Amino acid sequence: MFLTLASQSVPELLDYFAPQWLQDTASEGWQYVGAALVHMALLFGVFSLCPFFLIWLERKVAGRIQDRLGPTRVGGRFGWLQSLADGIKLIQKEDLCPPAADSMLFNAAPYIVCMSSFAAFIVLPFSEGWVAVAADCGLFIMLAIMSLEVFGIILAGYSSASKWSLFGGMREAAQMVSYEIPMAICALIPVVAAGSLNLGEIGDMQSGGIQNWFLFHDPFTFIAFFVYFVVATASCKRAPFDLAEAESELVGGFHTEYSGMRWSFFFMGEYASMFAVCGIASILFLGGWNTGLQGIDEILSTMRAGDNAGSYLAGVLGVGIFAAKAAIGVFIQVWLRWTVPRIRIDQVITVCLKYLVPISCFLFLGAIVWPLILHKGLGDRTTWNEPLGERVAEAIEGGRTVTTVLERDERPGQSDAHSPDHGPDADSKDEDEDSVSATQFDHSLTLYPAEEVSR
Amino acid sequence: MATKRNAIGILMGVELVLNGANVNLVAFSHYTTLGIDGQIYSLFVIVLAAAEAAVALAIALNFYNNHLTIDVDRANRLKG
Amino acid sequence: MNGDSLFFTLFAFMACLGAVAVVVSQRMVRMAFWLIISLGSTAALFFLIDADFLGAAQLLIYVGGTLVLLVFAVMLTSSGPYLNIETSPGEIVMAAMLGLLFLFMVVSSQTGIDWNGTNQQMAAANGMTGEISTFDSGSEGNTLRTIGMSLLGLRPDRGAAETGQLHTGYLLPFEIVSVHLLVVLIGAAYLARAKRRRDT
Repeated sequence: MFLTLASQSVPELLDYFAPQWLQDTASEGWQYVGAALVHMALLFGVFSLCPFFLIWLERKVAGRIQDRLGPTRVGGRFGWLQSLADGIKLIQKEDLCPPAADSMLFNAAPYIVCMSSFAAFIVLPFSEGWVAVAADCGLFIMLAIMSLEVFGIILAGYSSASKWSLFGGMREAAQMVSYEIPMAICALIPVVAAGSLNLGEIGDMQSGGIQNWFLFHDPFTFIAFFVYFVVATASCKRAPFDLAEAESELVGGFHTEYSGMRWSFFFMGEYASMFAVCGIASILFLGGWNTGLQGIDEILSTMRAGDNAGSYLAGVLGVGIFAAKAAIGVFIQVWLRWTVPRIRIDQVITVCLKYLVPISCFLFLGAIVWPLILHKGLGDRTTWNEPLGERVAEAIEGGRTVTTVLERDERPGQSDAHSPDHGPDADSKDEDEDSVSATQFDHSLTLYPAEEVSR
Repeated sequence: MATKRNAIGILMGVELVLNGANVNLVAFSHYTTLGIDGQIYSLFVIVLAAAEAAVALAIALNFYNNHLTIDVDRANRLKG
Repeated sequence: MNGDSLFFTLFAFMACLGAVAVVVSQRMVRMAFWLIISLGSTAALFFLIDADFLGAAQLLIYVGGTLVLLVFAVMLTSSGPYLNIETSPGEIVMAAMLGLLFLFMVVSSQTGIDWNGTNQQMAAANGMTGEISTFDSGSEGNTLRTIGMSLLGLRPDRGAAETGQLHTGYLLPFEIVSVHLLVVLIGAAYLARAKRRRDT
């Protein structure tokens, strides 16, 4: 699935990842395959190393919080090779399957967990235009893929034929399914503010200063960020919500019977999904790959505008900023895990269904009503920063992607296929001469070029 | 679907059949001039299938509570 | 063979394999697992055919929602450690005959229709003129906005430019489905509520 999806947007990647000789010699189809393979290898390399780093970080932070040193021996002073040593140990371990277990499902379950949390990175943009699939409904696809993770856990819990596993799996399933609801609603709040589900567009809109981040867009998004973070922590089954692997009650939870590599697949999946939810948080609320400092953002966007090494460098910087923001999120999750005691399962479900769902519904409604109130009351669309639509237009105009994409998209039928796209929209909206619909109409017009970019 | 006696097994069969219908809807509308119609139809099918599954599973659970089985052949209390 | 057809073959094969395995396998949980494989590959087929929103919806609602419910129900209603289904040979024969009959029906209707002619007729009925392209903006991927507009009662992909009138969308079905979902939510919660069984 990855390759297929990647090959849809490969022309953009070709500029970066395919070497020149490949572009010259190979036919177009092979260029796709080549670029997709290169990109896949990069992504896989980075994100299979990412859990190693995060596990090391977790152990060090846990040690410091508990007034210990954490790993110190392997690989020099800070024990930074500890995870590698653990990994080698895990690979060498025997792969056990309990005789009572349903062996096929038992063996398949870790792969489902690992695959679904890694596949979410397909649509996650790391920097402007640096995304495997610039899907229009990227956020939706990402949430959908991440919701598959619960399956592996249920199957693991059920097929182990052990009551600890079964209890852990059932708790986990109940928890993840119920926490998906507030998570999706909270993720929708900045989407309402942005008017787009495309993660790349959402990131672009937040360039140009910290006041443009959706965190500070309105009070509802501000609260929604914290709700989202709590919910995301819970949906990654991290403490204080790690009921599924409550060591004091359930031995190891759903992975009690697992050993060796299959066991570590669960952990790789967990850390990957931690990074993924923090990545979503950083794009939706914290400005993604934008620094938040107006001057630097402008410099970076001019650097991106060219099609040379500078734009590549700006992309790499963007990846660094994005990864740093997500890593801070992960660090806070680790911090929470080692400072907050675990809560009971009924408390977990109560917190979700009685508090978080109503709160997020309220925030969602508020985020919808907020622009209307502002417009009716103050005659202005936003509190202090530039209106979103104009920011989008700027982001699109200044962006490097526009020119290349538009050049490529000069296929016949493209442009006139799009002209009716907004005809009926404009007509019907103009009929009622409400100022509100006028703003929406404005919005849809400014968003129009964004549609082109995501192709 | 016809070989299963388990209510949930039957439900899985129904899901498969609906899924096959979805594939047809999307594929035919993609290769004809119907455009987006097929996709919207299959969206409705997916949503209705989810609703149907929820109700059917609730019924199955209820049945299990009363009869300790979900074998559909045992549900013959109303048989004339 | 290009990449698309390669992946189409792969995922179509996986979908069919999963579907057959659902029917053939005897253990309930394995059936659920194969159903995941089948539905997931179908979602991949949707992605291949540029129906990205539909593919994501399939993953989220079908695989992530309905199947989790199914697995829950399997666990809650199973009496032994693994729930098995026994099937008698006569039933298998009958079901196989029924299935083959349906397959024959589908194949014969598939081969019996002149697709190009139908396409022309449909295009005429829809008021489209000139060259018929099977790719319009709706089927070119990124179907999100088009689908959203259609659910609000507008059809941006059926242009007003050609016929001078707006095509109706799916606002009424959308509303009916949302009310229907609410009813189902309440009804399912009512049916599945915890009841104390009477000791008789």
